Amino acid sequence: MKMNLLLLVDLLVLAIFLVGIARFRSPRAARSGNIGVALAVLAAIVISVSQNPLHSLVIVALALAAGSAAGWYISRGVNMTQIPALVAFQNGAGGLAAAIVSAVELARQTPGTSCVVEGSAVLGLVVGAITFGGSAVAGGKLAMLLRQAPVQLAKHNWYLAAAAAVMVALTAALLTGNSAWAAGLTAGLFGVAGLFGVATAIRVGGADMPVLISWLNALSGVAASFCGIVVQNRMVIACGATVAASGLILTHAMCRAMNRHLGAILTGSTVRHAQDASPPAESVPQDAAQTAAASEPAAAPAGTPLSRAVAAVQDAQRVIIIPGYGMALAHAQFAVVNVANRLCQLGKDVKFAIHPIAGRMPGHMHVLLAEADADPDLLFDLPEINGEFPATDLVLIVGACDVVNPAAIRVEGTPISGMPILAAHEAGQVVVCNLDDQPGYSGVHNPLYDNPKTILLLGDAQATVSELLQALN
Amino acid sequence: MVDILVLVGVFLVTFLVGVVLILKVPPRLHTPLMSMTNAVSGITVLGGLLLFSGEVETSWCIQALGAIAIAAGAFNMLGGFAVTDRMLKLFKTRD
Repeated sequence: MKMNLLLLVDLLVLAIFLVGIARFRSPRAARSGNIGVALAVLAAIVISVSQNPLHSLVIVALALAAGSAAGWYISRGVNMTQIPALVAFQNGAGGLAAAIVSAVELARQTPGTSCVVEGSAVLGLVVGAITFGGSAVAGGKLAMLLRQAPVQLAKHNWYLAAAAAVMVALTAALLTGNSAWAAGLTAGLFGVAGLFGVATAIRVGGADMPVLISWLNALSGVAASFCGIVVQNRMVIACGATVAASGLILTHAMCRAMNRHLGAILTGSTVRHAQDASPPAESVPQDAAQTAAASEPAAAPAGTPLSRAVAAVQDAQRVIIIPGYGMALAHAQFAVVNVANRLCQLGKDVKFAIHPIAGRMPGHMHVLLAEADADPDLLFDLPEINGEFPATDLVLIVGACDVVNPAAIRVEGTPISGMPILAAHEAGQVVVCNLDDQPGYSGVHNPLYDNPKTILLLGDAQATVSELLQALN
Repeated sequence: MVDILVLVGVFLVTFLVGVVLILKVPPRLHTPLMSMTNAVSGITVLGGLLLFSGEVETSWCIQALGAIAIAAGAFNMLGGFAVTDRMLKLFKTRD
């Protein structure tokens, strides 16, 4: 009877949890969905603890208070540019917790422990430690504490293979050997798995970060599920499974948006490509030159780039703004949204075009623009807007390079070949507010910069966009 | 053994339901989605709490590890839900 009641309560909590996730279909409903999910998770914890009375309550309370206070304090202070770093660090903390719980249960296993639980404990420990190590590196890179560029050691794959072999050997020793060694072997397994995570993450960087973060998100869910099997708690398993599903879907979406395979990113083959890719000495493609000649008399550029850009913006009727991570780095989203609002005031048709991998985590650009209070009705994703560029008078690019690089569709054999891009080159004119005219993360030269219809406003995006705004006011 | 099968079943069913629900989330909400699910994985705090259940005889080493697990899980969970709420408040302003 009591078991049935508990099952009923668990099912109720699970239903609230799933309804909360289902509410993430619209921005308005998502907020109550988030609160619902939080309450469901809290309820699951309270129910389980009420069934298993705890001891050492002072230590428990102190640990809970310390973790909660730190989590709360940091989440209040971050701005939206720093969100990917915060998510990475939180993800690492979750992985660490899963790894520790699995490790303790593994080290104190009794002869009667079922082999499924033992196996889950090993996997929870390994996956949790990889998540911890990988997320620490990813968070460090995103928070600018570590070098952004991918680090590729000589024999990198060899080290990874060696670490994997050591993990297999330690696992075998743990599951067959006598329990006197269990603590040491468990600690060793944690260390090697953590290093494996670090080694995997250090050679991913830049525009590949959304894939890495999504993948680590999925891993933390898998680790939580194994941890749930170890502590024999179905709610922990259910939560972990949902996180794994979400992380895998986002990983898949990000890989598809870049036309890359997850394996290629994690094994570093995209890095080698990027380093090999010498900027191809490329002539302006014929059709682009013709379009430019037709729409704009290829006048010898008169005036400063700023005055030409201002004139171009004033003449344009249909404008599309393409933001990239450079906008977030320069903290220019507020200035960009002001420009958009000003252009709307002037009676122009303004839209934002958002590439799925713009930013450093899935959907990052939407959050940045929401922070600057952009009108959500003006934001469009790549498939919705890509057909509109030929009928657009002017494209304003702010801090984006690879996602508008026509080489992706015109040149074979580059790291971005085949990646869907926003077709800025099809518009009448292009104004680029980037820091410099160097290639983006992919290392592939952007022929759009050489196009006669392109006006380059180089420098800090916040400064250049603000100048543009002043001139328009 | 039946228990284990039930637990594996729980994983499979919630994974599949999760896939169905999350495929319907629009790209514009992907960052809050990841932040929220990230907070959910902080449920491992429960594993840390359960290290303090059962017989009172646990070594100081296990207690220290349990405390770290609890703090890390709580950091993940509370911070994750709080920052997701902040983000979603931004989205609400105009629609």
